Amino acid sequence: MDWIVYGVLTLVKTALVLFILLTAVAYATLMERKVLGFMQLRLGPNRVGPWGLLQPLADGVKLFFKEDIALPVSEPRLYALAPWVTAVAALTPFAAIPFADTIFPETVSVFGRTVDLTVYGIHRGVIADLPGAVLFILAISSLSTYGVVLGGWASDNRYSLLGGIRVTAQMISYELSLGMAVVGVLMVAGSMRLTEIVEAQSRLPFVVYQPLGFVLFLTAAFAEACRTPFDLIECENELVAGYHTEYSSMKFALFQLAEYAHIITVSAIAVTLYLGGWQGPYLPSGAWFALKTAALVFFFIWVRATYPRVRFDQLMHFGWKVLLPLSLANVVATGCFLMIWG
Amino acid sequence: MELFLFVVFSLITLVSAAAVVWHPHPVKSALFLIVTFFAMGGLYLLMQAEFIALMQVLVYAGAVMVLFLFVIMLLNLKPRGEDRSAFRKRLRWAAPLILVFLGAALTAVTSPLAQLGPSAGQGVGWVESQGGNVRAVGRALFTHAFLPFEVTSVVLLVAVVGVIVLAKKERR
Repeated sequence: MDWIVYGVLTLVKTALVLFILLTAVAYATLMERKVLGFMQLRLGPNRVGPWGLLQPLADGVKLFFKEDIALPVSEPRLYALAPWVTAVAALTPFAAIPFADTIFPETVSVFGRTVDLTVYGIHRGVIADLPGAVLFILAISSLSTYGVVLGGWASDNRYSLLGGIRVTAQMISYELSLGMAVVGVLMVAGSMRLTEIVEAQSRLPFVVYQPLGFVLFLTAAFAEACRTPFDLIECENELVAGYHTEYSSMKFALFQLAEYAHIITVSAIAVTLYLGGWQGPYLPSGAWFALKTAALVFFFIWVRATYPRVRFDQLMHFGWKVLLPLSLANVVATGCFLMIWG
Repeated sequence: MELFLFVVFSLITLVSAAAVVWHPHPVKSALFLIVTFFAMGGLYLLMQAEFIALMQVLVYAGAVMVLFLFVIMLLNLKPRGEDRSAFRKRLRWAAPLILVFLGAALTAVTSPLAQLGPSAGQGVGWVESQGGNVRAVGRALFTHAFLPFEVTSVVLLVAVVGVIVLAKKERR
């Protein structure tokens, strides 16, 4: 009996998170076009609905009805699989991110029977409160690389293949620094459970203790999400559109969805690890989480409007010779501080 | 339920591992290796070793295999095609190698080192008594497995230096 309630409530939470996340992805595309327009002294989309608010809907309908061009590629199954890998890998980390404090009461009565919801943390605002949540997120989001590599390789197109090869080299250059930057937070919090990391920030967010770690994490996150200045895999002036050149219709839409979902996911992780997660005064916890995440997404767009794209070798040099030593130094410094004042 | 999951993950591991060897296409061999690593991660999860499982996915499936794919794609290896005589010739080494690896696995299981961890049936309680997976692994690495751990890191360092020496062109 209890199990049915747990299962249903977990499904409700999953559906809620997916719905909000996919809506946020749709409006992140509009936000990008509007903010870029504002920063470039243009209007941006303003034809569909008031202030262009229905634009994502129109885009979705358009993509849905576009012809799915069947290319005579040599590996049609891998070609079809690639967008799904990227999309799933970009959406899954949200299963472990705490998005609110509590969303259900601690007990509910079903048909006169009281069910305790504190078991497995069902009442909390997170789908799965994993003990190794940080590792889970890093592991899953690193898998989105495969979608890009496979898509680039299976397209039988040299530009696509170059995009796919670039993503592998890019990934090994920043992935280590990303993990090392997070280690600082884990040391301060003394836990890998994201709910405990958020609760440890009830007085001060970790960005105060880990300013260098926050900057390193954000920089590596730009590379992880493949955003300007590190969006070499779809560099339009060299590679047409890179790995998704040969994709059309809903497969292309899935790649786009994955890109924006990735931005939102890494923003949410940064909020959880460094900016106090859902903690905040006056407003409800879910609203704080959404506000902070939206602010970081805005930052991603702001950077896109501000910085030029770096060159490929510059990214590798930067990852290995600047980011990695700095993140190792951050770990050592954090350890020393914890030894002395911890 | 646990037995069922164990059988499923083991079958996926074995079948995809065989496919790594048998598949004529290098890229697909690498993809099957990724599947193998995932299924092995599932097996670790069944043993309540979620840290090892996540590390398996993060390091092997996530990073090492990306490098493999990178190299395979850069070399642009062609599928071996229908002519598999060279492959068959090498198969005769398979039986003695399998014997060697079986022997090594049995030695590892029966050696005193295998007694350091929990024995069968007490895994969950042992991990809980150590304060969770991450703490258990960390404590093991810095206490009774300290020497092998450090020796491994030195070996890796030597390998890195060796690769750089081999790859570097002579300057005159």
